Amino acid sequence: MTTDELKNLQPARTVDARGTACPGPLLEAKKAIGTIKPGDIMEVLSADEGTKVDIPKWCTKQGHEYLGTIDESGYYRIFLRKK
Amino acid sequence: METGIENIQAQIEELKARIAFLESSRKDCLSIAVISGDLDRILATMIIALAAAAMDTKVKLFFSFWSLAALRDPQKKAKNKDFISKMFGVMLPKGKNKLPLSRMNMAGMGPAMIKYLMKKQNVLSLDEMFRQAEELGIEITVCEMSMNLMGFKKEELIDYKHLRFAGAATFVSEANESTMQLFI
Repeated sequence: MTTDELKNLQPARTVDARGTACPGPLLEAKKAIGTIKPGDIMEVLSADEGTKVDIPKWCTKQGHEYLGTIDESGYYRIFLRKK
Repeated sequence: METGIENIQAQIEELKARIAFLESSRKDCLSIAVISGDLDRILATMIIALAAAAMDTKVKLFFSFWSLAALRDPQKKAKNKDFISKMFGVMLPKGKNKLPLSRMNMAGMGPAMIKYLMKKQNVLSLDEMFRQAEELGIEITVCEMSMNLMGFKKEELIDYKHLRFAGAATFVSEANESTMQLFI
Protein backbone atom coordinates (compact mmCIF):
# COMPACT_ATOMS: atom_id res chain seq x y z
CA MET A 1 0.00 0.00 0.00
CA THR A 2 1.14 3.55 -0.63
CA THR A 3 1.60 5.99 2.23
CA ASP A 4 -1.61 7.84 1.25
CA GLU A 5 -3.60 4.60 1.24
CA LEU A 6 -2.18 3.70 4.65
CA LYS A 7 -3.08 7.12 6.02
CA ASN A 8 -6.70 6.63 4.96
CA LEU A 9 -7.07 3.31 6.78
CA GLN A 10 -9.41 3.12 9.75
CA PRO A 11 -7.67 0.92 12.33
CA ALA A 12 -9.96 -0.90 14.77
CA ARG A 13 -7.19 -0.58 17.31
CA THR A 14 -4.04 1.50 17.62
CA VAL A 15 -1.33 0.15 19.89
CA ASP A 16 1.08 2.76 21.15
CA ALA A 17 4.28 0.85 21.94
CA ARG A 18 6.59 3.84 21.65
CA GLY A 19 7.51 3.58 25.31
CA THR A 20 9.14 0.19 24.92
CA ALA A 21 12.07 -1.33 23.03
CA CYS A 22 12.45 -4.76 21.40
CA PRO A 23 10.70 -7.14 22.05
CA GLY A 24 8.14 -4.89 23.80
CA PRO A 25 6.21 -3.75 20.69
CA LEU A 26 5.83 -7.35 19.53
CA LEU A 27 4.47 -8.39 22.94
CA GLU A 28 2.00 -5.50 22.90
CA ALA A 29 0.93 -6.37 19.35
CA LYS A 30 0.36 -9.98 20.39
CA LYS A 31 -1.81 -8.88 23.32
CA ALA A 32 -3.82 -6.41 21.24
CA ILE A 33 -4.48 -8.70 18.28
CA GLY A 34 -6.67 -10.88 20.49
CA THR A 35 -9.00 -7.95 21.15
CA ILE A 36 -9.94 -7.26 17.52
CA LYS A 37 -12.00 -9.22 14.98
CA PRO A 38 -10.67 -11.09 11.93
CA GLY A 39 -10.42 -8.69 8.99
CA ASP A 40 -9.96 -5.69 11.28
CA ILE A 41 -6.98 -3.42 10.86
CA MET A 42 -4.49 -2.80 13.63
CA GLU A 43 -1.92 -0.05 13.82
CA VAL A 44 1.24 -0.40 15.91
CA LEU A 45 3.23 2.70 16.86
CA SER A 46 6.86 1.99 17.63
CA ALA A 47 9.98 4.07 18.08
CA ASP A 48 12.10 0.95 17.77
CA GLU A 49 13.48 0.59 14.25
CA GLY A 50 13.73 -3.19 14.55
CA THR A 51 9.95 -3.40 14.94
CA LYS A 52 9.25 -2.40 11.35
CA VAL A 53 11.18 -5.50 10.24
CA ASP A 54 9.90 -7.72 13.09
CA ILE A 55 6.16 -7.06 12.66
CA PRO A 56 6.06 -8.25 8.98
CA LYS A 57 7.87 -11.44 10.09
CA TRP A 58 5.37 -11.87 12.91
CA CYS A 59 2.51 -11.37 10.40
CA THR A 60 3.92 -14.02 8.05
CA LYS A 61 4.18 -16.51 10.91
CA GLN A 62 0.72 -15.74 12.30
CA GLY A 63 -1.03 -15.40 8.94
CA HIS A 64 -1.98 -11.75 9.35
CA GLU A 65 -1.68 -9.44 6.35
CA TYR A 66 1.07 -6.85 6.66
CA LEU A 67 -0.14 -3.67 4.96
CA GLY A 68 2.78 -1.28 5.27
CA THR A 69 4.67 1.22 7.40
CA ILE A 70 4.60 4.99 7.55
CA ASP A 71 7.86 6.57 8.66
CA GLU A 72 6.93 9.50 10.91
CA SER A 73 9.76 11.55 12.32
CA GLY A 74 11.03 9.60 15.33
CA TYR A 75 8.61 6.68 15.16
CA TYR A 76 6.88 4.24 12.81
CA ARG A 77 3.22 3.51 12.15
CA ILE A 78 2.89 -0.13 11.17
CA PHE A 79 -0.40 -1.45 9.72
CA LEU A 80 -1.73 -4.98 9.47
CA ARG A 81 -4.98 -6.82 8.89
CA LYS A 82 -5.93 -9.64 11.26
CA LYS A 83 -6.35 -13.10 9.77
CA MET B 1 -11.83 -50.84 -10.62
CA GLU B 2 -12.39 -52.18 -7.10
CA THR B 3 -8.71 -52.84 -6.59
CA GLY B 4 -7.92 -49.33 -7.91
CA ILE B 5 -10.03 -47.70 -5.19
CA GLU B 6 -8.60 -50.02 -2.55
CA ASN B 7 -5.15 -49.08 -3.72
CA ILE B 8 -5.89 -45.37 -3.38
CA GLN B 9 -7.46 -45.93 0.03
CA ALA B 10 -4.36 -47.78 1.18
CA GLN B 11 -2.19 -44.94 -0.07
CA ILE B 12 -4.35 -42.38 1.77
CA GLU B 13 -4.03 -44.40 4.97
CA GLU B 14 -0.28 -44.52 4.56
CA LEU B 15 -0.09 -40.76 3.97
CA LYS B 16 -2.28 -40.11 7.01
CA ALA B 17 0.06 -42.15 9.17
CA ARG B 18 3.08 -40.28 7.82
CA ILE B 19 1.46 -36.88 8.43
CA ALA B 20 0.60 -37.92 11.99
CA PHE B 21 4.21 -38.97 12.48
CA LEU B 22 5.55 -35.68 11.10
CA GLU B 23 3.16 -33.62 13.19
CA SER B 24 4.17 -35.37 16.37
CA SER B 25 7.89 -35.45 15.64
CA ARG B 26 8.50 -31.69 15.33
CA LYS B 27 6.55 -28.99 17.13
CA ASP B 28 6.58 -25.22 16.81
CA CYS B 29 8.72 -25.04 19.91
CA LEU B 30 11.94 -23.38 21.03
CA SER B 31 14.09 -25.24 23.54
CA ILE B 32 16.99 -23.37 25.12
CA ALA B 33 19.62 -24.88 27.37
CA VAL B 34 20.58 -21.93 29.57
CA ILE B 35 23.93 -22.58 31.27
CA SER B 36 25.49 -19.12 31.66
CA GLY B 37 24.75 -16.97 34.67
CA ASP B 38 25.88 -13.71 33.06
CA LEU B 39 23.51 -10.78 32.86
CA ASP B 40 24.03 -10.32 29.12
CA ARG B 41 23.35 -13.99 28.35
CA ILE B 42 20.29 -14.20 30.58
CA LEU B 43 18.99 -11.03 28.89
CA ALA B 44 19.55 -12.57 25.46
CA THR B 45 17.76 -15.72 26.61
CA MET B 46 14.73 -13.82 27.84
CA ILE B 47 14.50 -11.52 24.81
CA ILE B 48 14.65 -14.43 22.35
CA ALA B 49 12.20 -16.41 24.49
CA LEU B 50 9.71 -13.52 24.66
CA ALA B 51 9.96 -12.81 20.92
CA ALA B 52 9.27 -16.48 20.21
CA ALA B 53 6.36 -16.58 22.64
CA ALA B 54 4.92 -13.46 20.99
CA MET B 55 4.90 -15.47 17.76
CA ASP B 56 2.93 -18.23 19.52
CA THR B 57 5.93 -20.53 19.53
CA LYS B 58 6.02 -22.72 22.63
CA VAL B 59 9.12 -21.88 24.68
CA LYS B 60 10.91 -24.19 27.08
CA LEU B 61 13.92 -22.94 29.01
CA PHE B 62 16.17 -25.49 30.67
CA PHE B 63 18.20 -23.79 33.42
CA SER B 64 21.37 -25.52 34.50
CA PHE B 65 24.61 -24.71 36.30
CA TRP B 66 25.56 -21.00 36.59
CA SER B 67 22.20 -19.82 35.26
CA LEU B 68 20.49 -21.17 38.39
CA ALA B 69 21.78 -18.16 40.33
CA ALA B 70 19.38 -16.08 38.21
CA LEU B 71 16.46 -18.07 39.61
CA ARG B 72 17.31 -17.40 43.26
CA ASP B 73 14.89 -15.26 45.22
CA PRO B 74 16.94 -12.84 47.36
CA GLN B 75 14.09 -12.71 49.91
CA LYS B 76 14.10 -16.44 50.53
CA LYS B 77 16.43 -18.53 52.65
CA ALA B 78 17.00 -22.29 52.71
CA LYS B 79 17.75 -24.20 55.87
CA ASN B 80 19.93 -27.21 56.61
CA LYS B 81 22.70 -26.48 54.14
CA ASP B 82 26.12 -28.03 54.47
CA PHE B 83 29.30 -25.95 54.60
CA ILE B 84 30.13 -26.06 50.86
CA SER B 85 26.55 -25.26 49.87
CA LYS B 86 26.57 -22.27 52.18
CA MET B 87 29.87 -21.12 50.68
CA PHE B 88 28.46 -21.43 47.14
CA GLY B 89 25.39 -19.57 48.30
CA VAL B 90 27.52 -16.67 49.50
CA MET B 91 29.77 -16.57 46.44
CA LEU B 92 27.12 -16.82 43.74
CA PRO B 93 24.81 -13.93 42.77
CA LYS B 94 21.60 -13.71 44.78
CA GLY B 95 19.10 -13.49 41.99
CA LYS B 96 18.72 -12.04 38.51
CA ASN B 97 19.36 -8.46 39.59
CA LYS B 98 22.81 -9.31 40.92
CA LEU B 99 24.23 -11.03 37.84
CA PRO B 100 27.65 -9.99 36.50
CA LEU B 101 28.42 -9.19 32.87
CA SER B 102 30.49 -11.68 30.87
CA ARG B 103 32.67 -8.75 29.74
CA MET B 104 33.29 -5.27 31.15
CA ASN B 105 31.93 -6.26 34.54
CA MET B 106 34.30 -3.81 36.32
CA ALA B 107 33.34 -4.96 39.82
CA GLY B 108 29.64 -4.37 39.22
CA MET B 109 29.92 -1.01 37.44
CA GLY B 110 29.27 -2.64 34.07
CA PRO B 111 25.90 -4.17 35.03
CA ALA B 112 24.87 -0.90 36.69
CA MET B 113 25.64 0.97 33.46
CA ILE B 114 23.79 -1.59 31.32
CA LYS B 115 20.73 -1.36 33.59
CA TYR B 116 20.86 2.44 33.40
CA LEU B 117 21.02 2.30 29.59
CA MET B 118 18.23 -0.28 29.42
CA LYS B 119 15.98 1.93 31.47
CA LYS B 120 16.88 5.01 29.43
CA GLN B 121 16.14 3.20 26.16
CA ASN B 122 12.92 1.59 27.44
CA VAL B 123 14.18 -1.98 27.40
CA LEU B 124 12.14 -4.17 29.75
CA SER B 125 13.89 -4.97 33.03
CA LEU B 126 14.73 -8.59 33.84
CA ASP B 127 11.99 -8.60 36.50
CA GLU B 128 9.46 -7.42 33.93
CA MET B 129 10.73 -9.96 31.37
CA PHE B 130 10.19 -12.82 33.83
CA ARG B 131 6.72 -11.47 34.63
CA GLN B 132 5.82 -11.37 30.92
CA ALA B 133 7.33 -14.82 30.41
CA GLU B 134 5.11 -16.18 33.15
CA GLU B 135 2.08 -14.54 31.55
CA LEU B 136 2.95 -16.00 28.14
CA GLY B 137 3.35 -19.50 29.58
CA ILE B 138 7.08 -19.85 29.01
CA GLU B 139 8.21 -22.98 30.84
CA ILE B 140 11.29 -23.00 33.03
CA THR B 141 12.80 -26.35 33.87
CA VAL B 142 15.43 -26.49 36.59
CA CYS B 143 18.11 -29.12 36.23
CA GLU B 144 17.79 -30.95 39.52
CA MET B 145 21.27 -32.44 39.42
CA SER B 146 23.07 -29.12 38.96
CA MET B 147 20.82 -27.46 41.53
CA ASN B 148 22.02 -30.03 44.08
CA LEU B 149 25.58 -29.61 42.87
CA MET B 150 25.49 -25.86 43.43
CA GLY B 151 23.90 -26.41 46.81
CA PHE B 152 20.67 -24.58 45.97
CA LYS B 153 17.34 -25.69 47.38
CA LYS B 154 13.89 -25.51 45.81
CA GLU B 155 12.61 -23.25 48.57
CA GLU B 156 15.07 -20.47 47.70
CA LEU B 157 14.03 -20.21 44.03
CA ILE B 158 11.68 -17.56 42.63
CA ASP B 159 7.92 -18.01 42.54
CA TYR B 160 7.15 -18.80 38.92
CA LYS B 161 3.98 -20.46 37.75
CA HIS B 162 5.59 -22.66 35.12
CA LEU B 163 8.63 -23.82 37.08
CA ARG B 164 9.42 -27.51 37.28
CA PHE B 165 12.31 -29.78 38.09
CA ALA B 166 13.74 -32.43 35.80
CA GLY B 167 16.88 -33.96 34.38
CA ALA B 168 18.93 -33.81 31.20
CA ALA B 169 16.82 -36.45 29.46
CA THR B 170 13.83 -34.08 29.68
CA PHE B 171 15.78 -31.41 27.80
CA VAL B 172 17.00 -33.91 25.23
CA SER B 173 13.56 -35.33 24.52
CA GLU B 174 11.92 -31.90 24.37
CA ALA B 175 14.72 -30.44 22.23
CA ASN B 176 14.26 -33.41 19.93
CA GLU B 177 10.62 -32.47 19.40
CA SER B 178 11.37 -28.77 18.96
CA THR B 179 11.95 -26.98 15.69
CA MET B 180 14.59 -24.79 17.34
CA GLN B 181 17.24 -25.61 19.90
CA LEU B 182 19.70 -23.15 21.40
CA PHE B 183 22.50 -23.36 23.93
CA ILE B 184 23.29 -20.18 25.83
